[in-house]
Amino acid sequence: MRKSRLPMVLLGVGLAFLYLPIVLLVVYSFNDNRSLTVWTGFSLRWYHELLADSQMLEAAWLSLRIAFATACGAVVLGTLAGLMLARFGAFRGRALFAGMISAPLVMPEVIMGLALLLLFVSAEQLVGWPAGRGVLTIILAHITFTMSFVAVVIQSRLVSMDVSLEEAAMDLGARPAKVFFVITLPIIAPAIVSGWLLAFTLSLDDLVITSFVSGPGSTTLPMIVFSSIRLGLKPEINALATIVVAVVATGIALAGFLEARRARIREREESQAGRV
Amino acid sequence: MPAQDPSQSSPVPAGAAAGLPPVAPRTLKDRVLGVTRRLGLTGRGGVILGPYAWLVLFFFIPFLIVLKISVAEPAVGIPPFTKLVEWVDGGLDLHIRFSGFQALFDDDLYLLAYLNSLKIAFVSTLCCLVIGYPMAYAIATAPEKRRGPLLMLIILPFWTSFLIRVYAWMSILKDEGLLNNLLMGLGLIHEPLKILYSDLAVYIGITYSYLPFMILPLYATLEKMDHTLLEAAADLGARPWKSFLTITLPLSLPGIVAGSLLVFIPAVGEFVIPSLLGGSDTLMIGRELWNLFFNSRDWPSASAVAIALLAFLVGPIMIFQHFQGRDQDKGAA
Amino acid sequence: MKFEPWHDPAAKPYVQIEKVTKRFGDFTAVDNVSLSIYRGEFFSLLGGSGSGKTTLLRMLAGFEQPTEGRIFIDGVDMAGIPPYDRPVNMMFQSYALFPHMTVENNVAFGLRQDGVPKDEIRTRVAEMLELVKLTPFAKRKPHQLSGGQRQRVALARSLVKKPKLLLLDEPLGALDKRLREQTQFELVNIQEKLGVTFVVVTHDQEEAMTMSSRIAVMDHGHIAQVGTPTEIYEYPNSRFTAEFIGSVNVFEGNIVESEPDHSLIRSAEAGCDLYVTHAAHLAAGSHCWVAIRPEKVSITKERPADADTGRNVTRGVVREIAYLGDISIYQIDLPSGKRVRATAPNVTRRTELPITWDDEVWLCWRPFAGVVLTD
Repeated sequence: MRKSRLPMVLLGVGLAFLYLPIVLLVVYSFNDNRSLTVWTGFSLRWYHELLADSQMLEAAWLSLRIAFATACGAVVLGTLAGLMLARFGAFRGRALFAGMISAPLVMPEVIMGLALLLLFVSAEQLVGWPAGRGVLTIILAHITFTMSFVAVVIQSRLVSMDVSLEEAAMDLGARPAKVFFVITLPIIAPAIVSGWLLAFTLSLDDLVITSFVSGPGSTTLPMIVFSSIRLGLKPEINALATIVVAVVATGIALAGFLEARRARIREREESQAGRV
Repeated sequence: MPAQDPSQSSPVPAGAAAGLPPVAPRTLKDRVLGVTRRLGLTGRGGVILGPYAWLVLFFFIPFLIVLKISVAEPAVGIPPFTKLVEWVDGGLDLHIRFSGFQALFDDDLYLLAYLNSLKIAFVSTLCCLVIGYPMAYAIATAPEKRRGPLLMLIILPFWTSFLIRVYAWMSILKDEGLLNNLLMGLGLIHEPLKILYSDLAVYIGITYSYLPFMILPLYATLEKMDHTLLEAAADLGARPWKSFLTITLPLSLPGIVAGSLLVFIPAVGEFVIPSLLGGSDTLMIGRELWNLFFNSRDWPSASAVAIALLAFLVGPIMIFQHFQGRDQDKGAA
Repeated sequence: MKFEPWHDPAAKPYVQIEKVTKRFGDFTAVDNVSLSIYRGEFFSLLGGSGSGKTTLLRMLAGFEQPTEGRIFIDGVDMAGIPPYDRPVNMMFQSYALFPHMTVENNVAFGLRQDGVPKDEIRTRVAEMLELVKLTPFAKRKPHQLSGGQRQRVALARSLVKKPKLLLLDEPLGALDKRLREQTQFELVNIQEKLGVTFVVVTHDQEEAMTMSSRIAVMDHGHIAQVGTPTEIYEYPNSRFTAEFIGSVNVFEGNIVESEPDHSLIRSAEAGCDLYVTHAAHLAAGSHCWVAIRPEKVSITKERPADADTGRNVTRGVVREIAYLGDISIYQIDLPSGKRVRATAPNVTRRTELPITWDDEVWLCWRPFAGVVLTD
């Protein structure tokens, strides 16, 4: 059967649609002109301006710290949640739990943000904690919505994992907690790493929920970016975008390279399997 | 497990300490096993308790609070709303006001914003589906070795900032932007098209930003599909286009539904895209909620808007969870 | 002396399954099963998919709890004892080798859980690898092994703790046919050497027949029959067992004579009387079936000497012949329309078969060949 070339062509067009804006962003970050549309010459001036912007840098540093704390918290809670959904069978309140874990995947952020802010305000009134809004409330809010994404990643990995590996460990005398740490965890480690990175990225990128639950002195990078581009284009943002793209691209390329090497080694080993 | 005398797990020999009749001798190992087994049981309970308590506290209760505040009255102060229950002259006084909801009906603005949000989300979802389906199909039918890298290309933009990707479109769509320059350079138009700060820009922005969410579930169902089915259909005389309509499309329906909901539901409440790409007349409910909250500081009305929005979305969210739950049940079985 | 503890009234069962039922919601996977397994047995649970054999095995391992009934292993009630505290190990169908551990560490895993001293672990793992001939592969990861080697690692890992009972779930299922035959004998040798009691789940009757001391044939959660391979094959107690194990000709008929030493069945289907040298335990006139294995039916073109008796002799026309090399299978249509299967070894090398399509042939069998069945 001859395969139609049409989907491949459309895929190419779609990928161009996805990447063209990003490429343009990167190209124009090196433009020596404020207009952003007319190329006047190569320049690094927007990078200099970006690096001189202490407010932006401080916000970036804050966002990174929040994202780090969020990712760590979300990975713990999300992994446990994924484990509950994939392995615990029918526990009491499972339906409610499954609902609560998957709702944040699609819940509009304005609703989540408002709800969490009202929680923090009410809790402060009621028990005096958390005192005011700031880094802590941002982290709590970020963990809440990112743990769902981690749970989905972990759960789908666990579902595809052979349950008899865990049964075998238990059969050989390992208690459930030990089975989890010695067998399950090492096997799903790659999924945990992706879950961590996913939570980190989502946290780093979040604007809406953060705006609701942040307080004075806890302005994150997306909040600064948003308020500056709301009024129009800013070439420094192109420079920032280029740095983000460069970091992500390097990371992905590195991961891809390591994965390809691992796959090559494994393939070679498998082809020689059984020989002395 | 047989019921055990709880004193047996205490470090002091139970009988001797409490003057109870001596219990049957148990080895240390038995005791340790007994204790850990009980801990093992509570260990499972503990695992459940952690995430469960977190979600109840930070996800479930907040919605109850939104519901509560949506029926409070705005006030000048911190926080800017009245108490629902107050002790007045030794009696309980209940203040429930529906003024927040009243405003929703009195002012056309909100109804229009709801309807416009649904329209924009629906059209954008359709665009994502039309663009995303062939892409997902192409990846799913590509040689196995190339699927991973292609999929990576779809996910990659997602790892760069959402804000920055929306920002990229601002420079493309503005009056003297790249698109207009290109079209004018080609002589197709003579005056710049007003795209930025219009509904059209919002459609483009949502379609662009949410496209990967459409492609991934579509790919997942298409990839799982048995490709010999198409060969069988061809063998039985179906033309490729016919096979697609009668075999591929129906079998990928779960992916279509999941992808569409993943795009549609958050798009209805979208705030960033309409406020950066939309015009001042682009009404979307997420934006109105934001304005009510941050600009008017009318928390009860903002809560009422949120509750009303949630009421719209409860149906789609339940369908989404039904599809999500099917995967989960596979895990539980 | 023959190893037949099940005939010894003084012998105590090592594994005792008492009226065990397992339900999953509305579905009854195992229905009121009782079984006794003796020390040192190689016991097979044989059945098709959904027969409940795997569920029964998983209840012995402790992964499932019986809904009703009790299980004793070496006299200890297993109720509520989790898998990690049972003196039982299992070899999984998928082998379930830990992919992130070497062969050595896979085998040592169980001993480590019990806190066995390091030196002892090293020697016991080495011994075990020696036994399954995998010493040179100790440092390999599972994906660096062939299918047969993985199977032996799984076996070594489940045997190293010297379990009272070894459970094997389709132990040869993932191997190709040639390797499977060879491994069958290895498995039996290892079992005899170590004296561990084996309980094997299999859907492959040949496998069960070759290896087992006894077989329990399972169907829809019930035990259809328990017995040695010979008993199961030669004396099936029901049409289900007769038809499940090997192939069989079943003739419907009515009892004419029912004596302690013989039975006579009149069968219109067979076109003759069936004389069977065992008691039917049925009253004259009762309805019954007689099962005769194809290899016990001899097929000749010449009229047999005792054809006049009208007993265990009938005629038919050859409709199909399948030449399998070592044997040939003949399908013969009787005048009643009943199709009979007969097999004959190809003793001599012939260019031309003496019996061919559409030949009229005589079929006869010895009085001990038939088994009377009541259901």
